[in-house]
Amino acid sequence: MLTAHRLFCARDDRVLFKNLNLELSEGQIMQLRGSNGSGKTTLMRILCGLNDSYEGSIKWYGQEIADQAVNFFSSLLYIGHRVGVSKVLSPVENLRWSCSLKQRVDDEAIYRALAEVGLRGFEESPCYTLSAGQHQRVSLARLIISPARLWVLDEPFTTLDAKGVAQLENLLQRQAQAGGAVLVTTHHRLNIPELTVLSLG
Amino acid sequence: MSAKQTTTSAAFLATLKRDLLIAIKKKNDIVNPFMFFIIVVSLFPIGISPESDRLREIAAGVIWISVLLASMLSMDNLYRSDYEDGSLEQLLLSPHPLFFLVLAKNISHWLVSGLPVVLVSPLLAYMLNLPAQAYGTLILTLLLGTPIMSLIGSIAVALTVGLGSRGLILAVITLPMSVPVLIFGTLAVQSTLNSLSPLGYLSLMLVMLSVAISLAPLASAAALRISVN
Repeated sequence: MLTAHRLFCARDDRVLFKNLNLELSEGQIMQLRGSNGSGKTTLMRILCGLNDSYEGSIKWYGQEIADQAVNFFSSLLYIGHRVGVSKVLSPVENLRWSCSLKQRVDDEAIYRALAEVGLRGFEESPCYTLSAGQHQRVSLARLIISPARLWVLDEPFTTLDAKGVAQLENLLQRQAQAGGAVLVTTHHRLNIPELTVLSLG
Repeated sequence: MSAKQTTTSAAFLATLKRDLLIAIKKKNDIVNPFMFFIIVVSLFPIGISPESDRLREIAAGVIWISVLLASMLSMDNLYRSDYEDGSLEQLLLSPHPLFFLVLAKNISHWLVSGLPVVLVSPLLAYMLNLPAQAYGTLILTLLLGTPIMSLIGSIAVALTVGLGSRGLILAVITLPMSVPVLIFGTLAVQSTLNSLSPLGYLSLMLVMLSVAISLAPLASAAALRISVN
């Protein structure tokens, strides 16, 4: 569904990657590997359309992304280093907003998703009272709610505990089985059988 | 899946609601510009002269300049925290036109920082001894002018949100662009004081507001895309 052809990106006169080809198809989970500073995050942001300092072509179902941005953005869910959770708002208020940028949600679905990621009882507390791992879990609740075909997750495992890691691995596999695709960076050893690995740098 | 997609107006409203909610919860976003405005205006009678004749002459200018400064104070809230917590990226990845989402943020910013200042201005005009016949014009000019300031300031904040330490750069970009608003705003009040019709100036400000509403969010959106790059 997502193909990148001959990608080239340089930052501050340093070539991050060149001639990079990538093909992500339905039901596939791809892990980006590479040392620190090898351009994993940059590649992800390029693929999402957040960064346009690259050469090459990126296609979504055979069509350039730039020509069908609306279509692509509705099928994409990106969670970056900064997870997009406002500290002032409560988990429910955060999700109400970030989900309704893409699709219609009712509060019931939000509460259910929050319970599933282990935030029952924290739904209404402001996020600055939550821990870093719980912040991460708020953003993971979006994975449960969202119908997006493509997930792009930048280091989603960093602050999660063992149980959270297992749950997220489970979620990724569920997405793959449902015909979606996942692009993920992590230094964790993922416990997922059908994993594709792309190494950078 | 398309059946579940939100309309642009729903995304617009969600963004507006979210920003207002954040402002209400943070409180100092609302209180700071408001208090700053009152303090600055109250300093003028102390610093210049408490004589009512002299105050009457400078009243409109003082209020307008203080409004400009107060709007500078609140500008940073517009995208800073969104940039830091990653919400801005989510905003940019929305399938809806960024124009409307940015406009929603600007409207919320004006409701929070511009409107309270407009509402308290008659009180301060009274303190500065502005003649009663000019109150209406003053409030009208502020009602037209403060949204322009929010819209223009939004461009500057969007351009600089990625920079670490910005210091004065925001004021350097925004204030020169606000000069026409300042000129027409004070001229309108002056002409009312001279028993002339302020309609010409007011309609010019209305034109500026319409242009700002239709173009400034476009510029802000483009600037945001550059800033997160």
